[in-house]
Amino acid sequence: MSDLTSISSTALYTAFIVYLIATVFFGATIKDKRTTDMSKKGIAGTIAITLTIIGFIAQLIYFFTRWAAGGHAPVSNMFEFVTFLGMSLVLAFIIIYFIYKLSVLGLFALPIAMLIIAYASMFPTEISPLVPSLQSHWLFIHVITVSLSQGVLAVSFVAGLIYLIKTIDQSVFSKKTFGLEFILFTLILMLGFVASSVTFNFLDYHAEIQYEEPNYEKFKDETRVNIKPEEIAVYNKPAIVGPKHGVMLTEDKMKPIIHIPEWMKGKDAATKLNTVIWSILSGTIIYGIIRLVIRKRIGAWVQPFLKNVRPNLVDEIMYRSVAIGFPLFTLGGLIFAAIWAQIAWDRFWGWDPKEVWALITWFFYAAFLHLRLSRGWHGEKSAWLAVIGFAIIMFNIIVVNLVLAGLHSYA
Amino acid sequence: MDKLKCECGHVNPEGTILCESCGKPIEGNQHIDGNDKTKLLNMRYDGTARRSQTYNRTIVDKIWNFFSSVKVGVMLIVIALIASGIGTIFPQEQFIPPEAENRDPAVFYEDWYGLIGKIYYQLGFHELYSSWWYMILIALIGISLVICSIDRFVPLYRALKIQQPKRHNSFLSRQRLYSNTAVVSKEEKETLVSRLKKQRYNIVNKDGNILAEKNRFSRWGPYVNHIGLIIILIAAILRMTPFFYLDEYVWVREGEQKVIPGTNNEYYIENKRFLLEVYEEDDERYKDAMERMGEQVHKNYQTDLIIYKTVGETVVGKEPELEKVTESSIQLNAPLKIDGYTLYQSGFQENEFSKMKFKLYETADEDQNSLGEITVDLTSPDETYELENGIKIQVSQYYPDYVLEDGEPRSVSKFPRNPAFVFNVFPPDEEKGEISFVGIGKNIDATGENKYKLGIVDFEMRYASGITVRQDYTLPFFILGAAIFMIGVIQGMYWQHRRIWINPQGEGILLAAHTNKNWFGLKKDIEKAIAGTNIQMVIDQEEEKEV
Ligand code: HEM
Repeated sequence: MSDLTSISSTALYTAFIVYLIATVFFGATIKDKRTTDMSKKGIAGTIAITLTIIGFIAQLIYFFTRWAAGGHAPVSNMFEFVTFLGMSLVLAFIIIYFIYKLSVLGLFALPIAMLIIAYASMFPTEISPLVPSLQSHWLFIHVITVSLSQGVLAVSFVAGLIYLIKTIDQSVFSKKTFGLEFILFTLILMLGFVASSVTFNFLDYHAEIQYEEPNYEKFKDETRVNIKPEEIAVYNKPAIVGPKHGVMLTEDKMKPIIHIPEWMKGKDAATKLNTVIWSILSGTIIYGIIRLVIRKRIGAWVQPFLKNVRPNLVDEIMYRSVAIGFPLFTLGGLIFAAIWAQIAWDRFWGWDPKEVWALITWFFYAAFLHLRLSRGWHGEKSAWLAVIGFAIIMFNIIVVNLVLAGLHSYA
Repeated sequence: MDKLKCECGHVNPEGTILCESCGKPIEGNQHIDGNDKTKLLNMRYDGTARRSQTYNRTIVDKIWNFFSSVKVGVMLIVIALIASGIGTIFPQEQFIPPEAENRDPAVFYEDWYGLIGKIYYQLGFHELYSSWWYMILIALIGISLVICSIDRFVPLYRALKIQQPKRHNSFLSRQRLYSNTAVVSKEEKETLVSRLKKQRYNIVNKDGNILAEKNRFSRWGPYVNHIGLIIILIAAILRMTPFFYLDEYVWVREGEQKVIPGTNNEYYIENKRFLLEVYEEDDERYKDAMERMGEQVHKNYQTDLIIYKTVGETVVGKEPELEKVTESSIQLNAPLKIDGYTLYQSGFQENEFSKMKFKLYETADEDQNSLGEITVDLTSPDETYELENGIKIQVSQYYPDYVLEDGEPRSVSKFPRNPAFVFNVFPPDEEKGEISFVGIGKNIDATGENKYKLGIVDFEMRYASGITVRQDYTLPFFILGAAIFMIGVIQGMYWQHRRIWINPQGEGILLAAHTNKNWFGLKKDIEKAIAGTNIQMVIDQEEEKEV
């Protein structure tokens, strides 16, 4: 590891810790009763935003030193890309903060950014070489713009979430309280993924299973492809699911309890499913513990802390972030993407799953804007849409990359 | 009742909801925008008469009204969105993985995904994005977009042009931002106006009634962006015609010269060399990653090529005369343009044999001393080869890509990837030859009595480059459409139309304001303008409801 690389990872680590401290200070602002006067700010708020900026600068250092070390902008694999998304969220939050001065936004935005960065760090973090298709300036222009736009749209998700927690009636159980709780549960699943990965990494868990799959050789027009079977599946977590025909190579490690379903295909399907199961297990346990401690729905527990929040302002921030993020997304996610695809793959649009999901995201936010403008979907309805919109973005990053993967697959 | 005359004297078109001039709600039409049930006025299109809300008699009206509804538009978008999502569950036809046992879609989907896959295939989701119903859906969205825009643009344009600073009280007090100050001095009013001017508001003053307005152009953003979308849709339709769009693919082997397909035999390409570079294993920067992946990582795909153009008339059956146009190279991510055609490095084929050298020796000779050598060009082997010592070797069968299937030798393609031969060796002046079968790692003597044996001594391999040839005259339309869309969407999103009305009332003023988005910004503008005066800050009547 070169000096630059170690500076880079230290800087990222620093940023993470600083965000954590900043979150605590944002938490302290909650009791401030700044309902009307925007200019008067509490000391906690000032410290919090200053720390956020310092953390962001640390993350910039991470970004540029890694760029220097690797010789290309660090947005070329899952770790780098998702980390950059976390950074974009922080940047978008800082900008929105200076427009609206709403501290409570930081209390939610920073933990989510941290969650995203932690999630990213679970992927291999070595600097990887660029395969020929990725060797284009357009890759960087495209990914950076998309990521910035997703950061801004993530702020709308944060605002939407605050709006929902603040306004949904928690006195009775309803579809809405369930929906909100489900969103929070999903966030905790991400935490579960991180927690289980960190735990087993720490324990240095390692098991290997040998695949026994046939070796295909097939022809399409003139192309012959000789696919080597994925000979050995490496498990970093105890194997709950295993491949259909597998032989345990490592002694005294847990044997798979079930086989992977027939219809799940592709490289590493079994290990991926295994990771998903572990995330759900640990996420559910964490959620259960939280519920045991607070003895009510998480939404109901957080609600009283948002007493001083004005829903109208939160709604406005949510809309504003979509208004800022949508054009950016169009530019980065569709136009720059098309330019790059035209140069690299001779077609600007190819109905690759990744492209289709970018289109879906775009259509979705267009629907959001139309419903708001022409059908008066404000407040709660809009907030639900903002949450769903972000879910689509995360789906595109996680599920499409890892499961439906097409050309752009980073994993 | 065709025209509606308002008490301010303005004559409005039928269907008007708020008078175009003074904004007074027009009786009998309030249900159209739902104003009869709310305190605040619906300002969506400034209360103008929209065709879709006014007529509903003829078929044309009904179709118009159907498509001009944003609800319908959003429904169409949502359907397209869900359908597109379903289309990504399983791979589309063109993405069927190469390792599939059978790539025929009729078999593949059921084979891999069972019943659900079969249904997926039968419903046509495997080629969703070129299916007729998906195209109709997109076309409907286009129609909806056009009609919707026209339905609103014309009246809105008119209303914003005609609007007067003097507004009816019932219009002002039913704005979201509103305040009523009983006594305001002349100076204070002047301060207010001059400060608004400083914030780049346009001020219209008519008999002391003031309209301060800014960024009206942002209202046209959506219409501009919809025009961009329409241009993109038209370009997509044009692209389906061969006249605007050419897409060909050609394999060229190293050293080979071929006509470039789609150019009417005008251009030829010669592949001088294909280059496949990989990252060095001890590259400091990427060592860790490559160690983890445990495989080579490709760095560059490149074809060095020469382009030729035919000169003069081409005569059938005669070799064309060629003139070199350029000598260049293409890489993935760096295509070459010639005369409107673009050549892309799209694929490559490794492990093809170009030549093979055999030697003949006596079966009994343990040292395998050569009796002579032949070199076979694997693209077009000669029928017979004659050695100096008079031995003739006849190629009686050639399998460029040999497999043994059900005990039968066969060639699975016409490309020399696994060449195998049946040779017939004729010793000098013999009528009858000896049959032997020679391939890679195989040397079979059918009778077991052969006197001579042939062995492979050397071979040459070469690459084939897969090159896409494109000619796309629709690109400028797509670029134009995308640019217009971006301009429109930025115009509508990053600026907001803000209006502030200041009407005298007794000794004081009524202050009301409206914007299409970013109320927070508008309130700040007003705050700045009235700071230090007695003028009441506007009340957000929407927010008031909350508390
Ligand atoms: C089904 C077809 C569509 C219809 C009927 C439609 C209709 C409309 C209407 C009526 C407006 C409001 C204009 C105004 O109030 O001044 C609008 C705004 C807009 N439309 Fe569309 N539209 C359609 C499709 C699309 C699509 C596919 C996109 C792009 C993805 C799009 C992007 C926008 C944007 C960005 C705005 C501005 C929204 C805002 O300012 O908040 N539209 N559209």
